[in-house]
Amino acid sequence: MSSPLLTVEDLTIRFHLKRGSLTAVNGVSFNIGHGETFGLVGESGSGKTVTARAIMRLIPMPPGEVASGEIHFEERNVLQLNDEEIRDLRGRRIAMVFQEPMSALNPVYSVGTQIIDVLRTNLGISKAEAKERAAELLDLVGIPSARSRLNSYVHEFSGGMRQRVMLAMALSCDPKFLIADEPTTALDVTIQATILELIQSMIERFDMSLLFITHNLGVVAHACDKIGVMYASHLVELGSKDEIFANPQHPYTVGLLNSIPRLDDQQRYLTPIEGSVCNMLAPPSGCKFHPRCPHAMDVCRKTAPAMREIAPGHISACHLNDQS
Amino acid sequence: MSNPALNETFATTSEPAPMLEVTNLTKHFTLHGDLVSRSVGRTRVLKAVDDISFVLRPSETLGLVGESGCGKSTTGRLITRLIEPTSGRIELDGQDLLTLSGNQLLKMRKKAQLVFQDPYSSLNPRKTIMQILERPLVVHKLATGWSERRERVLDLLNMVGLGREHIDRYPHEFSGGQRQRIAIARALAVEPRIVIGDEPVSALDVSIQAQVLNLFRELQEKFSLTYLFIAHDLSVIRHISDTVVVMYVGKVVESGPVEAIFSEPQHPYTKALMAAVPVADPKSPPPRLTLTGEVSSPIDPPPGCRLCKRCPIATPNCTTEPPPLRDFGGGHMVACHNA
Repeated sequence: MSSPLLTVEDLTIRFHLKRGSLTAVNGVSFNIGHGETFGLVGESGSGKTVTARAIMRLIPMPPGEVASGEIHFEERNVLQLNDEEIRDLRGRRIAMVFQEPMSALNPVYSVGTQIIDVLRTNLGISKAEAKERAAELLDLVGIPSARSRLNSYVHEFSGGMRQRVMLAMALSCDPKFLIADEPTTALDVTIQATILELIQSMIERFDMSLLFITHNLGVVAHACDKIGVMYASHLVELGSKDEIFANPQHPYTVGLLNSIPRLDDQQRYLTPIEGSVCNMLAPPSGCKFHPRCPHAMDVCRKTAPAMREIAPGHISACHLNDQS
Repeated sequence: MSNPALNETFATTSEPAPMLEVTNLTKHFTLHGDLVSRSVGRTRVLKAVDDISFVLRPSETLGLVGESGCGKSTTGRLITRLIEPTSGRIELDGQDLLTLSGNQLLKMRKKAQLVFQDPYSSLNPRKTIMQILERPLVVHKLATGWSERRERVLDLLNMVGLGREHIDRYPHEFSGGQRQRIAIARALAVEPRIVIGDEPVSALDVSIQAQVLNLFRELQEKFSLTYLFIAHDLSVIRHISDTVVVMYVGKVVESGPVEAIFSEPQHPYTKALMAAVPVADPKSPPPRLTLTGEVSSPIDPPPGCRLCKRCPIATPNCTTEPPPLRDFGGGHMVACHNA
């Protein structure tokens, strides 16, 4: 088997803030193979976005600090690249789509100008060529009368169309790896469906790998092959999509799946996870989930559980696995 | 009253009088545009809510569902008279809401309370929880003296599952879910008959959302509350509602009992909405959009069905004739020529 496209190994990221030091990502390891789609799921503040940004080296340092770990992309250590090498990686090899296209795109330049700018900077092609390619890209992502829309500004597009523009820009330099950070969260459900379909078809067409960040379990169930579940800076469970949904092992994953109201079966009361997410400035000892966990034992309060393979490719960090 | 067909479908002999009855409710915003359009008297009309009717029975939950801009929040605001309707009738607990003013209006408002989407902006950051929760008691003269109000506020906190120690804290010390509990406590302070929730769980994480939905249900059972629940999330609507009203660009396209709407959706828009929901089960069909194009504009909409340009089963009369709500049995109403 060839080596994976992206390997994240024991990544720990800390932020040193006035109020204290905060570990946003804690010993996270996973890898993404060629053509694989990986979904990182978790609630707000669990560290999914920080993980993604670290891959692009977009963590502001200070206050951020990579306390430990390595990120390898195409067998290069991302964390040790110099500024020029990392610029070469961003956009050309790895592209990113954000949640809020309105704030990720520049409101005072037309979208054409912005895409042309990306193309000329990264590929060094002529302005006319870049314009031609920009129109093709907008057409590719399904923007009607693409050529004339090059002169439009961001505010002239609807939310779904803006996300298409973002995607066109991300695809402009033919990247191998796409990071999509909650790309459909701000969108209505019908628009979300079209954007998900579009991302899927672009992944296939450009033969890319995908890191998809979302809090929506419904979305990962359809958009990804492999799923990682994060809770309070830790990756608590990792496995294939089918394994995670059919055979969830970590109590947090189980709780999360039980919390969603389902369209098919009707119960009067839902089964939520009790309590609330811990304060990351003063996290609990041991397993971060223990104050909310229905199975918490003494050992959970004392030591953090290690990641353990419970089935081929299915890894979970829970002391319950130690017993069986 | 003015819509006999509707009354007939909802009123069977044994049923109590509706808690809320909305009839032909309409809200049009006039857009004056730029100076030139104004000087020649050319204005455009945004039909945010266009002639909608529904009935909500006591102790039940009506789920109002639709996408951004369909008029669901405007409807919620109209019902509490935070904005004035262009025309139509709103009857709350047997009283015509739109004829009231001053003290009478205040009294009616005590019966209908709102919970908003964003618990970060709906609570005043400068006030303690005690101050936030005692305010409605003061306004509606429900408790005299500080110690009585304090007792009452402690009761309210207990009711929404928060401890007494929280009473003198400020909103920023709470998480999103806890803040929404405070907002619910504030709504319940005046012992309303009906609570209008405008996307009250949309800003919350899944695990917290389930807690708050359970709280809503628990309180409903305890105090026989009536809910008007506005949401865009179909699974939330399905879970909480007894009756569902689906809106598209200011119009009701389908309404009826929750089971009928979800098991046998008839309107192409309702069907499209359901097919687009990604279900958290890899074995379920992938989400897809069965409509073409984007959401239609509520500004000067075409005379016919609002969906006609996107609809897979549109016929020529759809563009010219507005489809009336037709009864599909058991109170299941559908506004489509071809359903």
